[in-house]
Amino acid sequence: MEIVVFVEVREGAAKKSSLEAVSEARRWADQQGWKVAALVVGSPADAAAVRASQYKPDKVLLADDPLFGSYSNQSYAAALAEAVRQENAHTVFVSATAMGKEVVARTAAKFQTSVLADIVGLDWQNGWTARRPVYSGKAYAEVQSKGDSPVFISLRPNVFSAAQPDESAKPEIAKLAVPIQPDEIKARVIATEKAVSETVELSEAEIVVSGGRGLKGPENFHLVGDLAKALGAAMGASRAVVDAGWVEHQFQVGQTGKVVSPVLYIACGISGAIQHLAGMSSSKYIVAINKDPDAPIFKIADYGIVGDVFQVLPLLTEEVKKLKSEG
Amino acid sequence: MNIIVFIKQVPDTATRIKIPPDGKNIDESDVTWIISPYDEYALEEALKIKEAKGTGKVTVVSVGPERAATSLRNALAMGADDAVHLLDPAFNGSDAFATAKILSASVKNRPYDILFFGKMGVGMDQSQVPAMVAELLNLPLVTQIAKLEIGDAKAVVHREIEGATEKVECVLPAALAAEKGLNEPRYPSLKGIMAAKKKPLEVLNAAALELNPEEVGAQGSKVMLNSLSLPPGRQAGKILQGDPQEAVKQLVRLLHEEAKVI
Repeated sequence: MEIVVFVEVREGAAKKSSLEAVSEARRWADQQGWKVAALVVGSPADAAAVRASQYKPDKVLLADDPLFGSYSNQSYAAALAEAVRQENAHTVFVSATAMGKEVVARTAAKFQTSVLADIVGLDWQNGWTARRPVYSGKAYAEVQSKGDSPVFISLRPNVFSAAQPDESAKPEIAKLAVPIQPDEIKARVIATEKAVSETVELSEAEIVVSGGRGLKGPENFHLVGDLAKALGAAMGASRAVVDAGWVEHQFQVGQTGKVVSPVLYIACGISGAIQHLAGMSSSKYIVAINKDPDAPIFKIADYGIVGDVFQVLPLLTEEVKKLKSEG
Repeated sequence: MNIIVFIKQVPDTATRIKIPPDGKNIDESDVTWIISPYDEYALEEALKIKEAKGTGKVTVVSVGPERAATSLRNALAMGADDAVHLLDPAFNGSDAFATAKILSASVKNRPYDILFFGKMGVGMDQSQVPAMVAELLNLPLVTQIAKLEIGDAKAVVHREIEGATEKVECVLPAALAAEKGLNEPRYPSLKGIMAAKKKPLEVLNAAALELNPEEVGAQGSKVMLNSLSLPPGRQAGKILQGDPQEAVKQLVRLLHEEAKVI
């Protein structure tokens, strides 16, 4: 009985959320007496294979043909399908990233089945049951797999904990030959441009500072950015200000933007529309700053300041800087 | 250039989700139904491509209950040429793969250069169906697309991933899935709404698609929804009022000493 885990390689390195998936597979395998094979796809991917080894799979499968040097969901899904067949896997774990979502859905279709997608909780009782957010977290669904095909599960990044890496772990690293020809690949990545951003990536941040219409205009949005910078936080925004063109949509938190669950979420001048709350209400601590004491955001905030963002934000940024310098 | 756009009817994002006691589905009584926002970006892009090329056809396809017809009419009012409603009680309870089978069957006898999707259905939030249709039809796939340049028989697609943009070269025909930011969807004009009433809307059931009822719907699905529940509610916390300087000092102290998060 095997779990195959797909390990995503970015710039030669194993992605952190894939290592979370390997760790989760190891925990279940230890409990149930299964074995874990980590599939590393990319070229070059030697360093990623070594890194994945430290999370103690029983075996690492390395698909590092030059063909895998640029990402294509057709070739990567072919690799995952080959690993599943070769290992006779009953379960497949993939981190639900931009790449993972494409690869896992494409591979599941090869096995005539669906994915337990973007899950945040998992249970085994002679079959997998999973918990996943729906309506961007306005509700949760319990889903279950049936039938005898392999079960494909994509795990939401930053939810399952990564184990302590063990540098002494030296599982077998075996090359995986993938039966695919270059002319079968009809779409491939030809360039990757990193986003130019002074702050942390939103969906991976421990702290998020978001701004809304209360900032009154794009020229004032630096007040949000200043506080984010002082805190080492990511910057976010409400849909209203994205739709008004103040900031780009990558910053949007909410139902048609990103769903975040940082340790601390600071909402500045955001009233708390229901689609916004859906995207951030699973944050551990929520702080609201708004001049309207009746704003819905205060109903879910752990701490709130009723006040003018133009007064409060610069003061807060200064106070945070002071705290950090006292260290 | 012929483009088929798949749309899903979903609750408006302003909907407060309520769950009836059986927990099997949401309470639909106060729900306003809309075209899933990402599907609207797909439709808008399809219309723009057709307008730019000055030739071809945009067809909208949706699988869903009777009410999905209103969303198909909206898509026709925005400018799609014709619509196909995949409607059969046998489709109820389809998981992503069963849905992909239904959608794939619906395009079997239609010429297309692009199958256009939203990156996910707002609601179930799965991001599975586009990849599965692509696999079933052996097509290249690019999802989360923020920019699209269509050439002859190929496309260059900008795809948004974590902290970066991927530029993907893609042969047509292809399956594409839209991200927010791709465009600004138009509102239907009054003229468009009037014209939509006369545009063809075909209704097809499982038999018409040559699908066996056992291979779709709940019967043909391997992922089942056991139950829905609401997240635990949050309690309102400490609200600080009065002098901003004092309130800020107190907030920083609370975050540092009580919550221990900064």
